[in-house]
Amino acid sequence: MTEAAAVGIGASVRRKEDVRFVTGKGRYTDDINQPGQLYAVFLRSPYARARIDAVDAAEALAVDGVAAVLTGRDMADDGLGDLPCGWLVKQADGTDMVSAPHPPLAHSVVNYVGEPYGVVIARELEIARRAAELVETEFTEREAVVDPDRAMHSEDIHEGVVGNLAYRWTLGEQAATEAALAGAAHVVRLDLVNNRLIPNAMEPRAAVGVYDPGSGDHVLYTTSQNPHLERLVLSAFVRVAPEHKLRVVAPDVGGGFGSKIFVYPEETTVIWAARRLGRPVKWTAERSESFLTDAHGRDHVTHAQLGLDADGRFVGLKVETVANLGAYLSLFGSSVPTYLYGTLLAGQYRTPNIFVEVHGVYTNTVPVDAYRGAGRPEATYVVERIVEAAARQLGRNPAELRRINLIRPEDFPYQTPVALVYDTGNYQASLDRALALADYAGFPARKAEAARRGKRRGIGLSCYIEACGLAPSKLAIQLGAGVGLYESGEIRVNPTGNVTVFTGTHSHGQGHETTFAQIVADRFGVGIDDVEVVHGDTGRVEFGLGTYGSRSLAVGGSALMKAADKLIAKGCRIAAHMLEAPLDAVGFDDGRFRVRDSNQSLGFGEVAFAAYVPANYPEDLEPGFSEKAFYDPENFTYPAGTHIAEVEIDEDTGVVELVSFVAVDDFGNLINPLIVQGQVHGGLAQGIGQALYEQGIYDDWGQLQTGSYMDYCMPRADHLPDFVVDTTVTPCTHNPLGAKGCGEAGAIGSPAAVMNAVTDALGREDIAMPATPEKVWRALAGR
Amino acid sequence: MYSFNYHRPDSVDAARQLFEQAEDGIYLAGGQTLIPTMKQRLAAPSDVIDLASIRELRGLSVEGGTVRVGALVRHAEVAADADVRRALPALAALAGMIGDPQVRNRGTLGGSVANSDPAADYPAAVVGLGATIRTSSRSIAADDFFQDLFETALTPGEIIVGIDFPVPRRAAYRKFPNPASRYAVVGVMVAEFDGGIRVGITGAAGCAFRGTALEQALAERLDPAVVEQVEVPDAGFNSDLHASADYRAHLVKVMARRAVEDLLQR
Amino acid sequence: MKLTLTVNGDAHTLDVAPNTLLVDVIREHLHLTGTHVGCDSSQCGACTVHLDGRAVKSCTVLAGQAAGARVVTIEGIGGPGRLHPMQEAFRDRHALQCGFCTPGMIMAAIDLVRHGDGLDRQSVRRGLEGNLCRCTGYHHIVDAVMDAAAATRDATAEVGHD
Repeated sequence: MTEAAAVGIGASVRRKEDVRFVTGKGRYTDDINQPGQLYAVFLRSPYARARIDAVDAAEALAVDGVAAVLTGRDMADDGLGDLPCGWLVKQADGTDMVSAPHPPLAHSVVNYVGEPYGVVIARELEIARRAAELVETEFTEREAVVDPDRAMHSEDIHEGVVGNLAYRWTLGEQAATEAALAGAAHVVRLDLVNNRLIPNAMEPRAAVGVYDPGSGDHVLYTTSQNPHLERLVLSAFVRVAPEHKLRVVAPDVGGGFGSKIFVYPEETTVIWAARRLGRPVKWTAERSESFLTDAHGRDHVTHAQLGLDADGRFVGLKVETVANLGAYLSLFGSSVPTYLYGTLLAGQYRTPNIFVEVHGVYTNTVPVDAYRGAGRPEATYVVERIVEAAARQLGRNPAELRRINLIRPEDFPYQTPVALVYDTGNYQASLDRALALADYAGFPARKAEAARRGKRRGIGLSCYIEACGLAPSKLAIQLGAGVGLYESGEIRVNPTGNVTVFTGTHSHGQGHETTFAQIVADRFGVGIDDVEVVHGDTGRVEFGLGTYGSRSLAVGGSALMKAADKLIAKGCRIAAHMLEAPLDAVGFDDGRFRVRDSNQSLGFGEVAFAAYVPANYPEDLEPGFSEKAFYDPENFTYPAGTHIAEVEIDEDTGVVELVSFVAVDDFGNLINPLIVQGQVHGGLAQGIGQALYEQGIYDDWGQLQTGSYMDYCMPRADHLPDFVVDTTVTPCTHNPLGAKGCGEAGAIGSPAAVMNAVTDALGREDIAMPATPEKVWRALAGR
Repeated sequence: MYSFNYHRPDSVDAARQLFEQAEDGIYLAGGQTLIPTMKQRLAAPSDVIDLASIRELRGLSVEGGTVRVGALVRHAEVAADADVRRALPALAALAGMIGDPQVRNRGTLGGSVANSDPAADYPAAVVGLGATIRTSSRSIAADDFFQDLFETALTPGEIIVGIDFPVPRRAAYRKFPNPASRYAVVGVMVAEFDGGIRVGITGAAGCAFRGTALEQALAERLDPAVVEQVEVPDAGFNSDLHASADYRAHLVKVMARRAVEDLLQR
Repeated sequence: MKLTLTVNGDAHTLDVAPNTLLVDVIREHLHLTGTHVGCDSSQCGACTVHLDGRAVKSCTVLAGQAAGARVVTIEGIGGPGRLHPMQEAFRDRHALQCGFCTPGMIMAAIDLVRHGDGLDRQSVRRGLEGNLCRCTGYHHIVDAVMDAAAATRDATAEVGHD
């Protein structure tokens, strides 16, 4: 019993997968080599916007060892389709969004620097690189549209997309909100930029395509967060191969943060080329390619107005945002600044009137899509910056102004004015705990002490809400989603009693091999080492939608709970038969099937064995001990919490030092608290990175200025403080685990907390993320 | 990387000969700048001449009033060397701030100085301490060495053998690192000699240079407050994503002031 | 060109092109895929190995430069069932998530503990500035390195008593 408790739900079990990772035995896509494989190097646009006039590959093809030079024209001639956008957003006027065609390899025009229009494939990587330099491409360069704020008044990038507008989308009641603002005692206005971020999973994207001409089978090894979705898109939309002839394997994947959800041109090309050439084809991104071509995140320009009554109660919030979608609509790019953004603008508050208007615009930059938090950090940033600004303008304590506006425990389920129904939460509890951990009350003394050292100290809060485990399928599909939002799980109990678990989610750092094993081990009372979790292979796992939006545990874990319930029900029937007891007298607990009010029982393994060697077995029951389940959640889950940042600014240099960071989060029930802590830490680092260090910058010609680690500042160990993290718990009311999801909270709550601290220290609101030393110095010097 | 011929001679003469014979030869020291440049296909030498086996380029000693550092001495060695830390702690500290630990375990003094990267740290020490660069054919004074962006007084094929740093009474180096790359946005070495003050500045302009106005002011009174009175015009200063010219000029003063503060503690 | 080097205690003689990097020797020629490549500007540190006892970025060393040298990779410090104390500490402290930066981080951390005196959390953070991790926020990595440093100190102290 004690042993089971130490590995079961709620235990900080050491991760099962770590032995292979700490010994260098992980198997990432670039570690996979196939006999006879060729290497691909992509031909990429040097221009942000140009017409392709001619591609002359003669010289490249003459290089010894070059197998092929293929272009976007070849791909189109082969009948391959465009890369789709998976979420069709309805505009405010009821029409569909305007989606520009996105060929995997460009054939007529290129629309961002780095866009691939061809590929050189050779026996050795170095040969392919050299040959790629010999391809002569004639372009006619055209004026690039780079600034999202000006995109609607610039030349149209895509034929038929007037004013570069993909959509104008609204949510909430405009008239009521404007009336509330008109009648408000105070109106706070704020202009905000949510800076463009480059995801930078440490493993660059990669793909190995293999084709077997004998069977017609295609195997694609690739860095994907959702191999089944990859297969679905490649078969149904791009038409590379029929679904049953395409196996997609996402082996160990070195981080994703959203950027590996999407189907990219490169893996599409690799699997297509493998078939065309009859040889395996491999591609691994160089980091500079990752910077140019991984979907970027955020990039909003927003004007917000918050109305308050004389007591400080929020009466209305109006938000106008221009969202940069990049050159094409990436797989989920359209949904991020709409359904994942506008719906979150109530935050933790009882604001009665909210209206949001989003203009999604095309620019000549790489597509923008989901990056850790996806829409929810942007929403939190708007709400929490303006609430803090309101407190300052009104001379109110920021914590107390929030407190009088919070949704109260008795208000749940709470219908917001922006579509969502929050099922549960206790926002006061996390606020109070965070205030205590941060010693909020002691801040004035610390500020005075810092001033004596010549430092400006500031403190900032952020009370965030997020919506995880996108759901339910029916509603999302009505709103334009192209896929369902359920998850599959399968549990195979083997004849010897150990267990193989199949999940449609994918772990690329989240630790599913451990947490899912904990869930199953806990449920069946078996050892955690007797449970193996399989993921990331369409050839082994039935179906799945992968890992994004902090959904894996809440949705994928719940599917496993459902499958486990089915197995236990079956096991009870087997046990009832074997023990000659009535079915309703048989139950399962602590690893044994037991007959109530008797000492008769059977071990889990005994029943499993009986199911495979059915000597003494119910006649009306199929042999075998394996069950699967699909779980479609009825609602989102709503993690929430309070983050508090404290900074010190060096007035001489403008350097912002983050001196403390407290995060108190409510993720519902925790399966493995240590893993949860790690998820929070990682999210915080990315959110703090956004606030202080990171920004993707294009120049006026659409050239990426921050295209390497020399210029794009990734947070390093010495940029960050030790974090203080804690949790409060209100279990999710509608899934069997009571879990909400923890993957994104850190990145969602922290930017606003840090910037509220920076603006507090500076005494002015008009500084944009990232608060780099020069910007802060200028703000201080009034330059 | 483009293909090239690789050589590893064991004498300066042999190295120079290989250079003469090569169509487009280049010397390789620690490689921490050259190799990334070649990987990015921004350099395509026909011949890479690795100096690693040349013994006379090694050696680190403190003799009388001079710290003599061989061209191939790695940053980590200078940072950790007990004699250097005693005689010229500012130099050891500077070496310990270059790049990151792995870079310091490979990168060399000669490689850094010969490259004259505008954001490298060592040039601030060379200029600020008035070092002498010993080469395969002559000695070059620090003031004559750095000429422009990636340009030095070295003639084609000339090899830095070592650098002699005169030991000042006191010195200190302050650096404002680029948070992304760890190069110096601005770095300032201030050194007090019997004969006066020297100030070497890196990061701010095309190459390292002396802050003569700062030197004069500090020679009159070695006091951090003096720095505030000195004009540091930003004409010709670098301006990039990480710092505009006027911010760099401001940072020169802040780093200089802090270096003087540190120096006075010594 | 022909070169001989020792990797994880085994001598290898290889015939490679001069423009081969040490990391390519390790990954492509010797099939030791625990050493990773995460960038092309010598910044991320995922490729960190020990070259003659010091941590270096193997993507920024030519194969020729490593001729005659002793190279130790993540595979050479401990394997499943016989973890190095640093590997053990990373596992105990949940100092890794996706695992991609981990081998380089561990190799850098071992060098740091071996050559750093009186490490505290701040100096560990500074000592790891050559390695990027996008998953962990570094907090647990610092925990692990502090643990391993303490274990190493204890082990040294025990030896001292003998």
